[in-house]
Formats: sequence, structure tokens, C-alpha cells
Amino acid sequence: MILHTVNKSPFERTALESCLDHAQPGSAVLMLEDGVYGAVAGSRVADKVAQAAKDCKLYVLGPDLAARGISQDKLVAGVGVVDYGGFVDLAAENSSVQAWL
Amino acid sequence: MSDEMMDEGGKVKKFLYLNRKAPYGTIYALESLEVVLIAAAFDQDVSLAFVDDGVYQLCKGQDTAGVDMKNFSPTYNALGDYDITKLYVEKESLEERGLSVDDLMDIVYEDEDDDWAEKPSIRLVSRTEMAEVMEQQDVILSF
Repeated sequence: MILHTVNKSPFERTALESCLDHAQPGSAVLMLEDGVYGAVAGSRVADKVAQAAKDCKLYVLGPDLAARGISQDKLVAGVGVVDYGGFVDLAAENSSVQAWL
Repeated sequence: MSDEMMDEGGKVKKFLYLNRKAPYGTIYALESLEVVLIAAAFDQDVSLAFVDDGVYQLCKGQDTAGVDMKNFSPTYNALGDYDITKLYVEKESLEERGLSVDDLMDIVYEDEDDDWAEKPSIRLVSRTEMAEVMEQQDVILSF
């Protein structure tokens, strides 16, 4: 499977939307840097993210979340938090990494 | 910066710094803050506006220890010391991002005309009101 990464805000670029439209069921999607804003509940994109969480494994990078002052209890249900070690694990577990820049 | 502006007793202009970028993914937010602090030395009528992803700049609880970057969010609370006391935040931009004003820092200034009472610097405005604020300016600087 592919590990997809998204590092852009979903309110400024279409990277997250394109990613979720291309991620196959069972694949992993990691939101990092400004991409973490896509994981916040109650936003304009939250419904699409919640829908994707049913078929894909969604993650955010914890240190990027903390830097931006977004607490983990504000995330869309089903989104997991990983640290840098977890990022490495995801990269190792998957056959390739697609970065949606 | 024109000579006219720096003249003693020159006309005070209304400057608006319009912020539309999230804080750490790009350098815009930090650069805006740097320019605002420099410009504060020129005694102009300065306002800051936070629109679109710019509202993320004011989120409270920012902790950059894990990403090895400078946390510049405390600087917004120092703006009052430079007589920058008008921080306009667009309500719709917050709502579209799942945020409310409760998620923002409590930024205050001390009002010298009111026995140095602490007052909130953040002014929550609608998109329509933000358009009016923009219309009232002499100069708008975009970040």
C-alpha cells in the first residue's frame, strides 16, 4: 500500500482533497506541517475527512499539531496522532510514499 | 517608506497589515510581525487583520518545542506596548476552520486614556465588516 502525506492547508490548496480522492481503501494518509489543519473537527473539510477515515487510516503528526496550538481533542474522530518515530514506521510499513505537495 | 511620511508632524496614515497565512508552514506570518514591529516606530495608525488561514496565527497554546522552530505567538501580546491595539479577526474564517474566538490567545493592551485598564485587542468582525475596515485604510500591506 501507499503512504500518502499532505503538508498543505486544505483551505489554501487542493492537496488534501486530491489525496483523499486518490487514496485506496486500506491505505494510510498522514497530515503534517500545515496539513494538520485538515484534521480539525467542525471545519469546512471535516465531513470529507471523517468519510475518508472509514476506509483509510488517517494520522496527524503530533509535533506539528502542538506547534500550531491545535489540541488533540479537536480532531475528527478516527484520526490518530503519531510522532516522528511513528512517521518512520508508516514509511517502513508501506511500499511507497506519495507526498501531495 | 517616503520622506513625507517620516517628516515631523507629517500626516498620520492608516496602515492595515492583512494576514492570510498560517504561522509555521511559510515565513509570511513571521515576516509580517517583523515589519509591523519596525513600522511601529513611525507613529502611524496601525491595524492588523487576520483573514483566511491568517486566523491560525492567533491560536493559543502554540508549542513549537517538538518542531525546532521559534514560537513567535507571544509577540502578538506585546503589540499593545507599541500602540498597536486593533487586531481584526474575521468570524467566518474562524468558523470555516472549526475554530471560535475561544481558541485564540487573550491579547490585551493597556489603555492610557482609561487609567491603563487592560482591554482586549482582538476585534471579532464579520466578512462584511472586514471589507469596510479595508476600505477605510490609506495603505494595505499583504502577507
